[in-house]
Amino acid sequence: MTDYKLVLENLVKYFGRRLVFSQINQIFTSGNVYGISGPNGSGKSTLVKIIANIISPTRGTVVHLLSDSIIIPEKLLEHIGFVAPYLYLYDEFTAEENLIHFSNIRGIKFDKERAEFLFRKLNLIDRKDDIIRGYSSGMKQRLKFIFALLHRPQCIILDEPTSNLDNNGKERVYDLILEEAKSNLVLVASNEDSDLALCKNVISIENYKQNKT
Amino acid sequence: MKAYSLFKKDWQSELRTRYAINSLAMFILVTISVILFSIGSEKITGYLTGGLLWVVIFFSAMSGLSRAFVSEEERGTTMTLHLIASTTTIFSGKLIFNLLLVFLMNFVITFLFFILFESFIIKNFLLFTFAFLLGNIGIAVSSTIIAAIISKASSKGTLYPVLSFPILLPLILTLLELTKFAMDGNSINDSIVEILVLICYDVIMLTASYLLFDFIWKE
Repeated sequence: MTDYKLVLENLVKYFGRRLVFSQINQIFTSGNVYGISGPNGSGKSTLVKIIANIISPTRGTVVHLLSDSIIIPEKLLEHIGFVAPYLYLYDEFTAEENLIHFSNIRGIKFDKERAEFLFRKLNLIDRKDDIIRGYSSGMKQRLKFIFALLHRPQCIILDEPTSNLDNNGKERVYDLILEEAKSNLVLVASNEDSDLALCKNVISIENYKQNKT
Repeated sequence: MKAYSLFKKDWQSELRTRYAINSLAMFILVTISVILFSIGSEKITGYLTGGLLWVVIFFSAMSGLSRAFVSEEERGTTMTLHLIASTTTIFSGKLIFNLLLVFLMNFVITFLFFILFESFIIKNFLLFTFAFLLGNIGIAVSSTIIAAIISKASSKGTLYPVLSFPILLPLILTLLELTKFAMDGNSINDSIVEILVLICYDVIMLTASYLLFDFIWKE
């Protein structure tokens, strides 16, 4: 199991004058699935984007540690896998072409074996050579999991992981989440009870709405 | 290498979608046709054709070069790029893409000017080549950073020429001057001040772009 730790210290986010959340202090460790819950528009996606270093917090810090060494922001991409409904892949390429391009841009060798394993696991093996413009929304969602897991990240951030998925798709994704959580840190931001049922601990964004500064 | 991989992805995407190439080709074709129709059988001076060349280049750049970032924003793939590449890689990859596009576009425009306008005669070809190379680099760098800025705005189409005009104006004015010198047959030594201005412009824009891109890219 990897020794990955995510530390949120006094995290505050404002959009203009609107407070999204305040004073989030949490520690997440590998080997577990953690949940982030809250109603629509409560700031779940904002929090996961801050954790993934996509947007900056107004105040506070997010520290990613691998074996107690701080991961510098420039290297963070190598350790994070991210799935979200607002994440889009390149429609004009096939699924496999997308993954090859992503590996090359990351500066790593395309792991064909791992890709095939994930394609099989998510039931996309027969469609991997199709241009993804023709994919259904559920297939695109499953492909995002392959995108997120191909480079074997230690911190997997899933924002509404089962959106657009049918029951079979959900089962496959849940299996994958539990498998990944054996060795990695998995964060799930969702409203779905079945998604949150996988989590060891769930934090509610609604508990961080008061300005304590 | 990572920047080259990003450029390769963009180039393959461009070949499949033809976002920028089609709009650039149409713009060049329409603009030069309009100029030819409006001139008719009138004789125009060499200086004027030199000026027209850079006018066509400036507006062609406005029509196609913003695609590098705008297409990512419109397709919602900006976040995907965030997750796979550092800001330096992203800017370098997009810059290589725009450099290629600018060189291709300006080569075609200049070639068309040579064959379609009798008065477009360059006496010092080496000086013109210098101006052409340095000018293209300046246009590509400026267009790339402006494209990054406007991709985050809501009125992208209007903002691009508005922001580009003051940034590209010193470059275009210097290029106009150098084209005039090249038409007059002046030596490189006589035009060294303008060439140094171009080099300084390119270096300043490149440095400022790399320094600013991190702030522009990250929300």
